[in-house]
Amino acid sequence: MEQTDDIGGNGRIWSLLREFGEAVATLLVTFIGLLAVTFIISRVVPIDPVTALIGERATAQQIATARAELHLDDPMIVQFGRYVWGVLHGDFGTSIKTGRPVIEEIARFFPATLELSTLATILGVLIGVPAGVLAATKPGSIADQFVRLVGLMGYSMPVFWLGLIGLLVFYGTLGWVGGPGRLDAGYDMMMDFDVTQYTGMILLDTALNGRWDMFANALSHIILPAGLLGYLSMAYISRMTRSFMMNELGQEYITTARVKGMPERRVVWVHAMKNALVPLITVIALSYAFLLEGAVLTETIFSWPGLGRYITDALLVADMPAVMGGTIVVGAVYIGLNLVSDLLYKLADPRART
Amino acid sequence: MTGVITWLRDPNPTSRAQARFGQTYMGFLRLRRNHLAMIGLTISVVLVLMSIFAPALAPYDPIAQNLSDRFIPPLSPGHWLGTDDFGRDIWSRILYGSRITLYIVLLVILTAPVAGLIIGTVAGYFGGWTDRVLMRITDIFLAFPKLILALALVAVLGPGMVNAVLAIALTSWPPYARVARAETLTVRSSDYIAAVRLQGAGPVRIIFGHIMPMCLPSVIIRVTLDMAGVILTAAGLGFLGLGVQPPLPEWGLMVSSGRKFLFEQWWVSTMPGLAIFIVSLGFNLLGDGLRDVLDPRSSGK
Repeated sequence: MEQTDDIGGNGRIWSLLREFGEAVATLLVTFIGLLAVTFIISRVVPIDPVTALIGERATAQQIATARAELHLDDPMIVQFGRYVWGVLHGDFGTSIKTGRPVIEEIARFFPATLELSTLATILGVLIGVPAGVLAATKPGSIADQFVRLVGLMGYSMPVFWLGLIGLLVFYGTLGWVGGPGRLDAGYDMMMDFDVTQYTGMILLDTALNGRWDMFANALSHIILPAGLLGYLSMAYISRMTRSFMMNELGQEYITTARVKGMPERRVVWVHAMKNALVPLITVIALSYAFLLEGAVLTETIFSWPGLGRYITDALLVADMPAVMGGTIVVGAVYIGLNLVSDLLYKLADPRART
Repeated sequence: MTGVITWLRDPNPTSRAQARFGQTYMGFLRLRRNHLAMIGLTISVVLVLMSIFAPALAPYDPIAQNLSDRFIPPLSPGHWLGTDDFGRDIWSRILYGSRITLYIVLLVILTAPVAGLIIGTVAGYFGGWTDRVLMRITDIFLAFPKLILALALVAVLGPGMVNAVLAIALTSWPPYARVARAETLTVRSSDYIAAVRLQGAGPVRIIFGHIMPMCLPSVIIRVTLDMAGVILTAAGLGFLGLGVQPPLPEWGLMVSSGRKFLFEQWWVSTMPGLAIFIVSLGFNLLGDGLRDVLDPRSSGK
């Protein structure tokens, strides 16, 4: 609680350093907590990892050897320490179903989810922010009511159902978009041979390779799930934008700007927007994180080979290392995005710096 | 009737009950001005009535199969929403399904907010290390993506309705703890708490008797806003086959069972999904309106 009068120089550097240290400490504690939860969950699961590994007809001798190899006889805390150590070194265990390291599989599945949720967030911001601003400048108008209703509908939408309806209408009936999957079957084969995969994100990779025919095909496949998730994030972003903008537009500096005769468009989009943008960054980061997980159901519907589908598929065959690995990755991204949005917040708003 | 209303509107209530009912009545009047909220209220009431009178309203058994009546399209005589792949009347199944939905929602809102309330008030009242530890745990649970944590829990506990409820409750208490802690911090050092403490009340009595009631309004608003989310998560679990098990007519499960025939028999998936959408929209509209009435801070003025 001590206040330093020394604004410039050492005091400021120290306070920034301390803040940074606190942020990192919080991050570490949260991450260890995340690992503790996944560790506990994977230990209470009623599947014996030894039986899963060597089969049910193993002799007592074999079981004992396997137990020793898996270090299952160590105290829980030692096992947990080893688990944390492994995860920090990228060792998430081995998938029971495929027998491959979980980290490798996640690295293969993650880009698809990243591509989908990034495109969805871009769509959500491009539509949600202007819609929210429009609603805030004319509160109570038809436009405001419309934005509110469309937003609430997004909040209430069972995403798996909307996905099915989307497929039924735009793919089955109208034939405007590609169906489930990331590419048509023919292109899917080509992907592995003709295209250098730089990022694992098909839109980027095909563009970098100059394969615009494949790019168009990939776009026709991604547009429906991305549009769907984009709608969900638009619902959230437009609502938050409205409330932040309403808040700013009621401030005195806005009145001053108007009294000076500043054009209304400039008042709204430059003066108010600049300040509303600060909390909005947090909202956008949160909705991005939410989409990474919200993709679980969407990926199931659209046979999208992403992380969400990887987790659910693993769940159905009780492949716990895979489930926990996926959960840790999603949780870590979640925590990371929260930290980034915190830092951006402090950068954008001088008042938030302590 | 007019007598009752005059009694309710009396600006000088003579009893505590009269004051309280009067306040509720005024709140209702404000809510009634909000058309969207009234639509939400109507939907919620209809849902409750549907689930209570399901046996009387349903024309057919929701579970008994009748293979000669498979895939009858909607608006046919006797089956206005059509039938599914086992020849079961979809309308009857939706009616009975409303019971499952309501049951899950009730169980979750009876557990998660209570747990959050206790954790939040205790953290806020004691402060210091208690606060730090409890809030850190809350943050860890908040850092977990909700649906994925619920999925992982169901994977451990095994699929089923009670386990789904447990998983949803375990993932939805942290926001309540946050809200309750924030409210506790604002009342913790007020004079009336000091007065109660001087009378010799212990922490338990102060927290349960004098702090929790102050947190209730904000928690209740959160609950109504969260109900739609609970419905959607439960339906999502059902859709993935990890929630309520067949042949029970859970709505998410019904959507998933119609997936196989989506392009030929579209109604099998569409109808129960529409039910989920309408009901959660109803709760959202109601919660939105209630917040405007109960929480003057967010009314936007």
